[in-house]
Amino acid sequence: MGVDQPLGDNIIATSLDTLVNWARKSSIWPMTFGLACCAIEMMATGAAKHDLDRFGIIFRASPRQSDCIIIAGTVTKKMLPVIKTVYEQMPEPKWVIAMGACACSGGVFDTYSVVQGIDEALPVDVYVPGCPPRPEALLYGILKLQDKIMKERNSFGSALGLGERLEPAV
Amino acid sequence: MAENHRAVVKLKEKYASSVLDVREFRGEVTVTVKKEDIVEICRFLKEDAAYNLLTDVTAVDYLGQEPRFMMVYNMYSIPNKDRLRVKAPVAEADACIESVCGVWSTANWLERETYDLFGIRFNNHPDLRRILMTDDWVGHPLRKDYPLQGPDREPYKGRLT
Repeated sequence: MGVDQPLGDNIIATSLDTLVNWARKSSIWPMTFGLACCAIEMMATGAAKHDLDRFGIIFRASPRQSDCIIIAGTVTKKMLPVIKTVYEQMPEPKWVIAMGACACSGGVFDTYSVVQGIDEALPVDVYVPGCPPRPEALLYGILKLQDKIMKERNSFGSALGLGERLEPAV
Repeated sequence: MAENHRAVVKLKEKYASSVLDVREFRGEVTVTVKKEDIVEICRFLKEDAAYNLLTDVTAVDYLGQEPRFMMVYNMYSIPNKDRLRVKAPVAEADACIESVCGVWSTANWLERETYDLFGIRFNNHPDLRRILMTDDWVGHPLRKDYPLQGPDREPYKGRLT
């Protein structure tokens, strides 16, 4: 090729954004947090057949070690403060996946006790419809989140105080 | 049939003035009693008729009728293997009834649930707090006049198409 490679294959030239985003999207650690039947599908997604580990996705039992929360199930008004606390305990950067009809919109539970979509309280990155979504659907949602993470610009720089975070063009 | 029920016979004998109604439906015997005597009757049923398991305490809201509420006590006798349902009418103006916690300890949480969802107060209850809804909740959701989607929302009026 035209480019001289005196150091062989030991060096890769890339942008910081790409490197940071690649590292982040390849190690999404979701919070172990289930609310209803969707949590069963979430567990199935993590288990042997669908195997989230191959994407570097490892469920963590502490919000301090997590950077993604999958809202898997019906959010009641009584549970909402707990979810908010867990979300606030997660370190930045953090992402939210609304899994299933209930987390997206309240689903069939159009009642006094149920929050009509978790986006009333948390900034949702990916909505996964279904009741409950099959593991393939959740996997697809997670891959969409990975695509979204790869499009982030200067989120690492802004965290260090270097300029503003740029919104990715959708 | 219901008249021959072992507990009903005893109840009618001892508390003739308190028993308002005795009914049987599909083998289930229901006795309606005056709410003033509920503790005394429950104690009698537990101690003399061996209804040692209180399976559920709940209420029914007959909105538009008087008295509006009906307290429901479902009990089971483990030694005799039979069931009995005791009901007591409660008026909306005086929505309270004596607690049966002193008879069956399990009535504690069951009565809290009934208080939480129907707003019926239980006199002499050791710890009458909400149990299902949040502590700061306003209203009692299982009352028939409570809006299904909550008081702060437009009620659903069907699909727009």
